[in-house]
Amino acid sequence: MHYYNEEDLARFGEMAKYRPELFEKFLAWYTACQEEGALSKREKALIGLAVAVTVQCPYCIEAFTNSCLENGSNMDQMTEAMHLASAIRGGASLVHGIQSHNAHDKVSM
Amino acid sequence: MDSGIQITRNGRPAIPAAPTPFSERAGGLRALAVDTLQVNVGKLCNQACKHCHVDASPIRTEIMSAEVVDECLRVIREFSIPTLDITGGAPELNPNFRRFVTEARWFGANVIVRHNLTVMHEDGQNDLPEFFAKNEVEIVSSLPYFQQTQTDAQRGTGVFERSISALRRLNDVGYGTSGKLKLNLVYNPVGAFLPPAQSAIEADFKRELKSRYGIVFNNLYTITNMPIARYLDWLRRSGNELSYITKLVGAFNPSTLEGLMCRSMISVDWTGRLFDCDFNQMLELGPTDGTPRTIFDFDAEKLRKRMIATADHCYGCTAGAGSSCGGTVA
Ligand code: SF4
Ligand code: SF4
Repeated sequence: MHYYNEEDLARFGEMAKYRPELFEKFLAWYTACQEEGALSKREKALIGLAVAVTVQCPYCIEAFTNSCLENGSNMDQMTEAMHLASAIRGGASLVHGIQSHNAHDKVSM
Repeated sequence: MDSGIQITRNGRPAIPAAPTPFSERAGGLRALAVDTLQVNVGKLCNQACKHCHVDASPIRTEIMSAEVVDECLRVIREFSIPTLDITGGAPELNPNFRRFVTEARWFGANVIVRHNLTVMHEDGQNDLPEFFAKNEVEIVSSLPYFQQTQTDAQRGTGVFERSISALRRLNDVGYGTSGKLKLNLVYNPVGAFLPPAQSAIEADFKRELKSRYGIVFNNLYTITNMPIARYLDWLRRSGNELSYITKLVGAFNPSTLEGLMCRSMISVDWTGRLFDCDFNQMLELGPTDGTPRTIFDFDAEKLRKRMIATADHCYGCTAGAGSSCGGTVA
């Protein structure tokens, strides 16, 4: 058995087996977030892909890759979105270096 | 399969079995009109695209004869068929093609040609733009994406570049710019996924083709890949058959049923046999309820009311906003 099985994405609905009202609320929210609104479906799919890569969820990465393609995006656009998310992630680490500087300065002459 | 006929391809089912049969979701479908005669004049093509439902290529020899072309012209004239839609293969490679177009125009039919763009670069075809313009032919051309990588991956190396130069030639004679000369492009997914919203991707195509290449066109049609023929072979090779048919079934949209193209057209194969659409033609899935079988016994009254032969591939026409030779239907 693997921790991640490709087929498990299609079984997501089984999360409603226990406390179904919570899963229904989640699903309604999740679905509504992806509808066309002030942002287009395509923009939302690109945000979804960027976040999926950032949270490193293989199911979300597959789902949002397909969603990006089905909204007309190409790999150049998707790659830019993934780079931005990854760069923010890298930057978020690096900016904490200032805390190290602060800690260093506090104990140093 | 709904029709009860088992059609095979290389020893395997020619249509992927859907988890729910199409007839259960759609019920029986009847035609509503015969406004369009869609004629497939042969399987010969200068390309051999990976998704081609016709299995067309340069080595195919099936070509409609002058006799069958004449019969199609008779039907157009006698029954005042409003639209002739010529497809193939590359229809221009049929020696009867230009006569077919010209005479159908004399009889007052609107003529649509499914023109693959690159055929214009073949010997003796360089004047096609002028021929099309003179006859006010409506052109529908595949360009699966506005980038080279995707287009060449589906249609062959170098096709994007040659398509762009052909589009420029069409623009030069007035296509895509004036009201009369319509140039419509076709987007279809380069892979095992569904097409995007037609209006959204049309806006991208217009912006990108104009800014990168100075090309203009009228409308973009999004077409769903039909899980038959060469595209089905690819789905199987790439391990996508089950997930693709499941996707199509999951996206079934009942509001597409009213506008399905088979309900307002009849399709003719290179030998003159009649089918509900070009897909059924390739599957040799003929009408079942005693309606006329060939162009030689065409009877508009009977064909207008015929039952349509459906099977699970029909999910390719009913997914999302639907799909037809004229793009979305819902
Ligand atoms: S898709 Fe069109 S251009 Fe490509 S091989 Fe088939 S008929 Fe020819
Ligand atoms: S494949 Fe599409 S057009 Fe052809 S019979 Fe089925 S629903 Fe109609």
